[in-house]
Amino acid sequence: MANGARVSNVPNWLSGSMVARKHVLFGIGSFLLPLLVWCAVSYLPFVWHPKVLIAAPGGADYFQVGMLVDKSVFDEEFANMQAQNLPVPKGEPANPIYLPAPHEVAKAFYTSFSKAPQQKDLPWLHESLWHSITIIFWGFLISSLIGVPLGVLSGTYPTLSHLSEPFIEFFRYLPAPAFGALAVAVLGIYDAPKIAIIVVGTLFQQILIIANTTRKLDSTIVEAALTLGTKRMRLLTRVVVPGILPDLYRDQRILLGWAWTYLIVAELIGTSSGITWFITQQARYQHFDNVYAAIMMIGIIGFGTDILLARLGRRLFPWDRSQKKE
Amino acid sequence: MNNTSINKSYLDQSEAVRARFDAIKQRNVILEARNLGKCYPSQQGDVEALRDINFKIHRREFVCVVGPSGCGKSTLVRTLAGLEKHNSGEVLIDGKPVNGPGQDRGMVFQGYSLFPWLTVKKNVMFGPEMNGYGHDEAERDALLWLELVGLSKFANAYPHQLSGGMRQRVAIARALVNQPRILLMDEPFGALDAQTRAKMQSHLLEIWRNVDITILFITHDLDEAIFLADRILVLKAHPGEVQEMIEVPVPRPRSMGQFTDAEFRATKQRLEQLIHPPVSSEESDEDKGIKPHLIRFTHVTDNVE
Repeated sequence: MANGARVSNVPNWLSGSMVARKHVLFGIGSFLLPLLVWCAVSYLPFVWHPKVLIAAPGGADYFQVGMLVDKSVFDEEFANMQAQNLPVPKGEPANPIYLPAPHEVAKAFYTSFSKAPQQKDLPWLHESLWHSITIIFWGFLISSLIGVPLGVLSGTYPTLSHLSEPFIEFFRYLPAPAFGALAVAVLGIYDAPKIAIIVVGTLFQQILIIANTTRKLDSTIVEAALTLGTKRMRLLTRVVVPGILPDLYRDQRILLGWAWTYLIVAELIGTSSGITWFITQQARYQHFDNVYAAIMMIGIIGFGTDILLARLGRRLFPWDRSQKKE
Repeated sequence: MNNTSINKSYLDQSEAVRARFDAIKQRNVILEARNLGKCYPSQQGDVEALRDINFKIHRREFVCVVGPSGCGKSTLVRTLAGLEKHNSGEVLIDGKPVNGPGQDRGMVFQGYSLFPWLTVKKNVMFGPEMNGYGHDEAERDALLWLELVGLSKFANAYPHQLSGGMRQRVAIARALVNQPRILLMDEPFGALDAQTRAKMQSHLLEIWRNVDITILFITHDLDEAIFLADRILVLKAHPGEVQEMIEVPVPRPRSMGQFTDAEFRATKQRLEQLIHPPVSSEESDEDKGIKPHLIRFTHVTDNVE
């Protein structure tokens, strides 16, 4: 293929199964390394542990069992008690409340799905997540319904591109959250403004990215179609669109990730909802283990969808050689 | 170029060859370029790529176009195909002027121009489907043409699974299934290795012998041009103009053995004279001013020759 961007110049030895196994191992390792750091910080008392968890208050009258105090405060009281010949307080080094240990988060992860929330007014984690997913779905769908056709058209017809792209270039620098108040004023306080923010955040990038992808289509392919007697509209539907489809699909995957990053901001607009509301509520009650579980859930869903979509892409576009690199 | 070693002139034709050319000239003109001119706008003003090109190609004639690099060979064929607009003159197919690309002029490109998302069979079916044939008819034609180029077995393969030579066979089949009046080929074998190229040349001649098709073939390989062509159109550069239309005196059917024949060598000598004139190294050499200054990087006793 003459298209430089899509030609694989990966040497042959990279396609071996040895290398594939190595890639999987490294992939697992890339997750294990940060987990290892987290474990070290959580379980090795000498690594960080700036606080002390009081086991017995001793003579210090404001210490209570289960209280977290700064190490310096504990040391001071310890010296005080010794000096006054009172029973010394006992305690263990601990991390601040906002850094739960891995096993606590794992437990929270499990209980958030298995046990009803402690506060009656709080939604289940999966309810919050589902609400967020519907917001993303509608936001991304509306954005794609406008952005994909417009992107393909302005990538195909230079006139349209000159007419639309300068404004879009300008507009994409306006931060989507800045439209929050406006969106609430126009669309109310529930889901509509949140969807609108995701659309505003995704759409303008989407048009430009897809227009660019369309322009990168190998011109020889279009010319070949022309010499075979293809006429205008069919050139678009039978040549341009199928020609860019694998790259368009890849762009959409990246843009979907983009939409997720706008989610948290979008959900703070109007009445807080979805996973964001779950997170802020749990943080308010200092259930940081739940907060971590929820944040991780977002990561798992986002990453999981992308892996699934990548698999699906390989199934859908068997001719696309650049996908083998992934 | 040793003139004395070749006694024969490229203009000497044997009886059979002359009779053949007479017969060709009796046939209808398929493609005619009349005062064809083409300019490119550039930062240094307009660049004249083609100037006043005139020639006629008769039915079932095989014409090759050669010329120094930058002489506008590709521009010429792309203009004939309608992929580029000409600024003056006309392109006539069967006496009627044409503008823009159309199925009456099939084209085979140097690069791989197959649709990567379609199987080999669907690639060949593309043209008929675009021109209003039903699926079944298009499929039947496609399978017939795939058989003609010897790729029936690969009907359901994707282009990326084929070798370079096979892809060009598909490209030829895809162009010919449309039954064009003329087949335009823009250095179609340029990217192939020598062995595959030789095979493809013989294969193309075979197709041309058996099918009612007229071929205009661009190449920079002089041997290829002489081996394939009835006539060779020699262009000169800056601007692209017709220098000479040579009638190849090598008799048909052609074979690789003819490469050392007197007619072949005489024609090649003439082409070389036209394309690489002896003064060119002084005047318009693209590499002028580039003088390598080599320093010895190896030990003085470490000699390779």
